[in-house]
Order: sequence, then structure tokens, then C-alpha cells
Amino acid sequence: MKFGVVRFPGSCDEVDAQLAASRVGEAVLLWHGDRDLQGVDAVIVPGGFSYGDYLRVGAIARFAPVMEEVVEFARAGGPVLGICNGFQVLCEAGLLPGALLPNAGLRFVCRDVDLVVEDAATPFTRACTPGDRMTIPVKHTTGRYHLPPDGDVRVVLRYAPGHNPNGSEGDVAAVASAAGNVFGLMPHPEHAVDPLTGSTDGLKVFESLARVPAGA
Amino acid sequence: MPDTAALPGVQEAVALGLTPAEYELIVDKLGRAPNQVELAMFSLLWSEHCAYKHSRKLLRQLPTEGPYLLMGPGENAGAVDVGGGLACAFKVESHNHPSAVEPFQGAATGVGGILRDVFAVGARPIAVLDSLRFGEPSSGRSRYLLDRAVAGIGHYGNSIGVPTVGGEVYFEGPYEQNCLINAMCLGLAPHERLTRSAAAGPGNVLVLMGASTGRDGIGGASVLASAELDEADESKRPSVQIGDPFEEKKVMECCLELLDRDLLVSLQDLGAAGLTSSAAEMASKGGVGIDVDVARVPLREAGMEAFEIMVSESQERMLAVVEPARVDEVLEACARWEILGAPIGEVTASGHLRVLRDGAVEGDVPVAALVDDCPLYDLEPARPSAPIYPPPPRTLDATGPRETLLALLASPNLASRRPLFEQYDAIVQSRTVRRPEQADAAVLVLPGGGALAVSIDGNGRRVACDPYRGAVEAVLECAANLACAGAEPLGLTNCLNFGNPERPHVAWQLSEAIRGLADACRALDVPVVGGNVSLYNEGAEGPIYPTPVVGMVGRLPDAARAGRLGFARAGDAIALAGPFAPRIAGSELAKLRGEPLPHELDDIDVAAVRAAQEAVREAVRAGEISSAHDVAEGGLAVALAEACIGGGVGARIELKGDETRLFGEAPGGFVLSGPAGALAALAERMPLEIVGEVGGEALEIGGFAVPVADLRAVWAGGLAPLFP
Amino acid sequence: MRARVLVRPKAGILDPQGRAVERALPALGFDGVQNVHVGRLIELDVDDPNQLEAMCEKLLANPLIEDYEIQT
Repeated sequence: MKFGVVRFPGSCDEVDAQLAASRVGEAVLLWHGDRDLQGVDAVIVPGGFSYGDYLRVGAIARFAPVMEEVVEFARAGGPVLGICNGFQVLCEAGLLPGALLPNAGLRFVCRDVDLVVEDAATPFTRACTPGDRMTIPVKHTTGRYHLPPDGDVRVVLRYAPGHNPNGSEGDVAAVASAAGNVFGLMPHPEHAVDPLTGSTDGLKVFESLARVPAGA
Repeated sequence: MPDTAALPGVQEAVALGLTPAEYELIVDKLGRAPNQVELAMFSLLWSEHCAYKHSRKLLRQLPTEGPYLLMGPGENAGAVDVGGGLACAFKVESHNHPSAVEPFQGAATGVGGILRDVFAVGARPIAVLDSLRFGEPSSGRSRYLLDRAVAGIGHYGNSIGVPTVGGEVYFEGPYEQNCLINAMCLGLAPHERLTRSAAAGPGNVLVLMGASTGRDGIGGASVLASAELDEADESKRPSVQIGDPFEEKKVMECCLELLDRDLLVSLQDLGAAGLTSSAAEMASKGGVGIDVDVARVPLREAGMEAFEIMVSESQERMLAVVEPARVDEVLEACARWEILGAPIGEVTASGHLRVLRDGAVEGDVPVAALVDDCPLYDLEPARPSAPIYPPPPRTLDATGPRETLLALLASPNLASRRPLFEQYDAIVQSRTVRRPEQADAAVLVLPGGGALAVSIDGNGRRVACDPYRGAVEAVLECAANLACAGAEPLGLTNCLNFGNPERPHVAWQLSEAIRGLADACRALDVPVVGGNVSLYNEGAEGPIYPTPVVGMVGRLPDAARAGRLGFARAGDAIALAGPFAPRIAGSELAKLRGEPLPHELDDIDVAAVRAAQEAVREAVRAGEISSAHDVAEGGLAVALAEACIGGGVGARIELKGDETRLFGEAPGGFVLSGPAGALAALAERMPLEIVGEVGGEALEIGGFAVPVADLRAVWAGGLAPLFP
Repeated sequence: MRARVLVRPKAGILDPQGRAVERALPALGFDGVQNVHVGRLIELDVDDPNQLEAMCEKLLANPLIEDYEIQT
């Protein structure tokens, strides 16, 4: 499995995502200005502040040259994982339904939260079982998930009761596209892969992906 | 030269903060009167902020040599060897006056500035810590400053992808008008990548990189950093610098890439006094001259005068010296990272800093006169005959030990810092092994499995009681924090926050505190790798508490064995270890009771404290004990409560003794838990007394018991109301 | 020509910034304030104002969560 991690000039967690993906496969960085996806099997749009996010989070990043390729890759069924800012970018790009709004508390919040797996049939959660609890950190200012008008969303992870850090509707922490191949979440699974630094529950997301047959 | 008829005179010099004698000295050095741009440059480089003219002589006492030292004071940041061919560069710096005027931007640009200091030496920033001081949270102004400063620190650090892994905050009345915002940054670099700032090679090109230059902070260094704050602060707001972390992120990545590719001769950040200071420092260190053509500086605003361009404090800018053949490659990298890159001048053999505009000379000053010839002043210290500071307001009436413990846990200086540190990204870069409140020091794993530990501390009230011993305590406290994590100190950085040194009692505080720092560093064999001095921290009611903030970096061989502060295992024995002789006078409890500050603190047996720290460190490293926590503010009872809260488990404590034993403070004490045999073995190396056992769901101590859940609730609720 | 685009949270969407301001004003003695919303103002010079609507739909606002108003 070869992962490509998009690198915008304001990305912060791209190397973390690369390190996490390297635990289950090969991982390369994809420069935002390039159109070459280097033949990767899965794309990660990482956390950070893409282009500074001064207009609206993710709004400008979706027009990056590399994102045009990522959109095409996703439309062709390729797995795309958006973490935090990456989730926001995928929503802005229309690959995922809904939008992310400023946290109800208006402050940046960095803490471990508990999540409950709702949908274990996606390429990103197939190493889990519905009802599994995972502890994974969040760190964001704009993570309050807002459902699309029709409310039609494939919810994959919810914040466990009492763990919603941002006021997301329905405690939604992660959603997937209808086909399941595009996945966005506010928590950072790449920061929960090493017992030295805390939980290892996030590794399941990468292990799930590694089970996807190459070229799927 | 421009027309001399319009030359400024001594009046203008005084308005810019120079003394008449200093102006005369400038005339003497130049052999003529300085013109506007020259006078502006002198006024900044001869300011307290740049020239350290009231502290430089005292700072010579500080030891700057040590077995791990790679780069000492004088560079943008100092550096120590952390093994595996890696260096850790680090420095702490203040941004007090800008933050008192505009806390969000002041704190944000404080973080931005210290990050640039670290990547200027070629190190990738890996962690930020901050040290904050405000007035009592009962004051609306203090709450406002706290809220905005914390938001500003988070805004910058979170956006740039450098974790904020630790810090400290104290609330004390004397900081009401003059808050302190000190930020520390650590970076990592291979030894050979460490970059110095000395310009070299006449003919080499000066490249300005990063943001465009505007009128931000014109005169900031001398006006904002050297004058006591008064009621006219509102009018100073326009000159506050605005930070742009996204720009800095790009500048940082670009600079690190350029150094990686070996394209730069030297690199320097632009901080206080902007281009003037950077160019002069680079030229001075290299023993060369520099020509700067202000017409080639990319500007944000039209019509800027030469002196404005030379002293602008616009953020997110770096100055590099580049060989002519490499300039195109450097500019291409700048374009790729979408930052400005402009050749604005060159290195010369003249020994002069010349300011040109389209080739015409607008200013010409010997570098040595700017950098080396500022007069240094001797202080006139005098121990005050009467107390300088009023007793703190009484806020505690509790008498029983149970109520006292709960009041201490909820008090602003002891309550959980979670409402602050949750606003900071503590985990980006995947190195953070110990986050705040998990251990006494932050721990960051290194390639190869070792780790760095870092702590920042400085209790100004203790220094106000006794500047010499209070400063010694600050150093010992940091070293104790590292010991509890299992780390050996490698070096320290300090930020000396004091009042007006021209007042004899402030001069006395400063002299005594530096003497204390120097003695403590020597006693622990820890060199000072660099630092910063911030003077004139005063409000209308007088000076702040003298506040030397110490940031210490250490190393431990195995990140997996980094210590924790919380009790871990029911059945473990609990020991009070170390040469610990607590006193209520000068303690947090005394503060809550409104007691006046004592005139001095007890003498400290530093050698015994060092021996205890070494014993604790080795026990942690060997994995022999379950937890280690140093006894600090609030004394033994609070340390025990924190260890219960940290581990989520109770403890049964058999303590004979009075209030002093429970709540008194002094350096040298540790709360350790572990197998009784392991603790008994430690008793051979330091005073050690088994005081109880881990277990249950309550802290039982001296005849009373409090459920751990209740301890946690009051402790967690102390500061939470400040962040609604 | 000079144009202004006002962007504000859609009615009914939780606007914590607006709420924070609404709470703060009475604390400062300004009573009788309701329905506070915090948005942003974008000023721009455009050759063809007919493009403004498309700019808003595509980039300047997120129509899912924000309303916009073009002033020319």
C-alpha cells in the first residue's frame, strides 16, 4: 500500500500522517502545486492550515492543483482520508457532505476524546467492530460538524457521550461519502499510533486502509 | 549625504530615549552629528533592549561553559549536544510591553519571534513553552490579558505546527499593570547544521526573505521596551506588530530547506530594531561592513522613509548572506514557498553599515560604534530599608487542614492549568511523551529512543522575598522537575524580568538574582546558553515582583521510562524524600492569608539538593519507582493531592506534624511512590521518610480524608471560570 | 469598480461569536441588544461586477452555512 500525504504550505500534521502511514505501508508527500499523485493507492489530506485559512477553513485549498487530481482520484473510487483541516478541505471540495463551523466554545481545543464506531464497513474502519470505543486526540478551532440540509450522511464515528468537544450536531466526529471511499474526521488518528505518546487506537484507521487491495 | 541643515539634535535624541551624554558620544564616534536615519539606528541599538546597558556587566557572572555546550550566548539561540549527532537549540525571550498594550498580538508575535531565533540557527522548532504573569484574576484587566494572551500564543503556535508542551502561570498583584509574557522555544538540528549569524565574504549578497516591510512597531524597541507604561498606551496601539503565523510557517520551511541545501552563508532573524539590528549584528560578528539599499526592500506601504525601513519591526522576516552564485537558487526557493525574497545589499570590507537609497548614501555608521560602543552602566544597588511590596490581599479564612488544602488546590496559582493548555496543540510533530500535568517536565522523544525533558519556572514572589535565594530556587525547581522526569540538565536559558534598574532597590534585586542564578548554575554544573533581559517592568504602583524565569533542558536515555507525577499502583509505598525544611513564610498559604512577604528565605544546602535530585533521577531512569513529583507551591499536602489526582487513585498518609509540615514550602522535597524496598534503598542517598501507601479512593492525611474526585473537582474548577 | 461582500452565518445556524458579543454587551451596560451576528466584510475592486455572485458561490462564502450580500 502506497500512501500519498498532501502537503500545503500551511500543513502541520503532514509528517505525522506520513509517519503513521509508514507503519502499515509506504508513504510519500504530495506537493500542493503538483498534479502528480505518484501512483499512490490512497491519499491523505492532513491537518494544519493549508493556505492560512484566513478566508474560511479549507476554502482556498480545494482549488490547489493537487486537489483537482485528488477529486478525480476520489471520483474514480480511490480511498481519500481527510483529517481535521483535511476534512474541512474535503467538505469544501464537495467530496463529503456538510460543513465545519467554529467550535461552540470558540476556543481551540486539544484533548483526548472517546469515539464510538458506528460504521465498520468503510475502507477506513474495517479493522473495527461497530460499537468499538477508540481514544483519539482532537485539536482544532473549527470542528463543529453541520449536517447537510437533507441530513443524508454516512456517519462513521461519533463522539462518545460527554466527549463532544465542539458542539457537532449529532455528536458526529467522522463521515464518509455514500460509496465509502472518502472519509473525513476531526480527531487525529495519526496522533494515536504509538504507545510512547499515548493511545494507539488511531492505528486502526491505517490498518483498515492497508487491507484495501492495491488499485481498488 | 543629505543636506545637513535638517539634522536632528540632542533634543530629538532625548525624545528617542538617548541621554545627552550618549548623544555627545555618538557625535564623537562619528566625528559629526548624526542625521535622521543614523540617529534612529543609534537610538535603537543603544536602547536597553538591544544593548543591555544596565545588565551586561552583571550577566558576565553567569557560567557559559559546560560539557554539553555547543553554542553559547551571543547567537540567536544557544545549543547543547543531546547525543546521536543532534543539537538542541533553545532560548527564552520576553514580549512583556507589547503584550501589556495588545495581549493577543503581543503574545502571538512573542512566539513568532522566539521561533525565528531558533530556526535562524538552523534548528527545526520542536516545542514551545510559555511563562506568564498576570495580576490577580479578580481584576477584569487581568482576566482580559490572560484570555487574549493565551489565545495569541495558541493562534501562533497551533497554526505553525510547533507544539506548546508546557509552561507556567502565576497571578500576583504586582503584575496587574505590567503582565509578563515569556516564550521559550526548542529546536533540533544535526550538529553540522548549526548556523551562526556572522556575515562573511565581502561581495556576498544580503537577501531579505519573508514578509514585506511596513510601519509596524516603528520605534517599538526603544519606545515600547524601555519606557514605563502610562495612561497614554492607547495611542501606542498602531505601532504594535501584527503576527502572521502562515507567513512564518512558509519562511521557516524555506529557511530550513535553504540550510539543508547549504545555500546560505549565515542567517539572522529580524526582531527588535528590524533591519538595523540584524544587519549591524551580522556585520559586527563577522568583522565586516554591510550596505543596505532601502529602495530594494519590498514595502507594504508607499512613501516610507529610509529610517522607517531600517527600524520597522514587521514580523516574519529573515536576513541571509548568500554567495552571488547561489542567489538565484535562493530566490527560486522563496518563490516556491510563496514568500518574498529580495537582494537588498551586500557584505563589504568597510566595517561600516551604510544605508543607501538607489545607490545614494543616506547613512554611514561604523558597525563597531553601533554595536560595541554603547556605554554600559554600573548599577547602584541598595537593599531597601522598608518593604517594597504591600502584603497580598487576604483571601482565605479557613483554619482546618482539610479546608486549607481544598482552598489551596482551587487557588489561582495552584489550580489545574488545563483551561489554558487545552488551547494549545501539545502533540503535533509526534514527539510528546509527557504532556502538561502528566509529569513535572515536558518530555519529547528523540530519534533513537532517548528523550529531552524541559521545564520553565520562576516564582517571582519568592524572589521578591529574597532575590538571591529566590533565584537559586528557580534554578533548583527546574532541575527538580527534570529529575522527576528522569533527565539530567544540559543547559539553561533565562529571561530576567525586572523593574527600572535605575532605582537602587530594583538594581539590588537584579544584582542579587543574577548572583543567585550564577551560583546555582555553578553548583549544578549547568551552563547558561543564552537569554534575554526585560527591564522597566513597572506600573504606576511600582515594580513587578523581580522575576527571573529559568528554562532548563535535559536529557534522559530512554523515553519509555520518562517519569510520571501521578501515583500508579495501589500498595506502593509513598515517601517524602530530599533535604526538605518547609516554612510557611513566603508560601502560597501565607499569600492566601494576606501575610506580608518575609525579608529573606532560609539558606539552602544546594549540594544536598543536587544529591537528592541525582538520586531521584537515577531511580526514575532505572524504572525502580512508580512516580516522582517535586514538592513546590502549596507544600507537601498539595504535592500529595496532585499525585492522587494525576494517578486517579487515593493515598493513606501517616503524617506527624503541623501546618508547616503540610503546607510549608522549601526547595529539595520530593514525593515518590514505588515498592517499599526501592524507596528504602534510596534512603541511603538522601533523607527519606516513608509517609504512607497508595490505595483507596481518597487522600487520607493527618486525620482527615477527601475523595480524589473532590480534590480533582476543586482543582479543575479553579481557573475554568476564567475561560467561560 | 469597488464592491463589498458581506458574509454572515445563515439564519438558524449557531453563531457562537455572535452569541459571545450578545452576552458581553449587557455586561458593559449596553442593554437592549438582540440578534447579534458576526460575519466578515470583503472589499474588492472588480472589472466585472456580474462575476461577484459566482465568486461568492464558489469561494467567498460557503452557501451551506453562510448568506452573502453584494453591495456595489
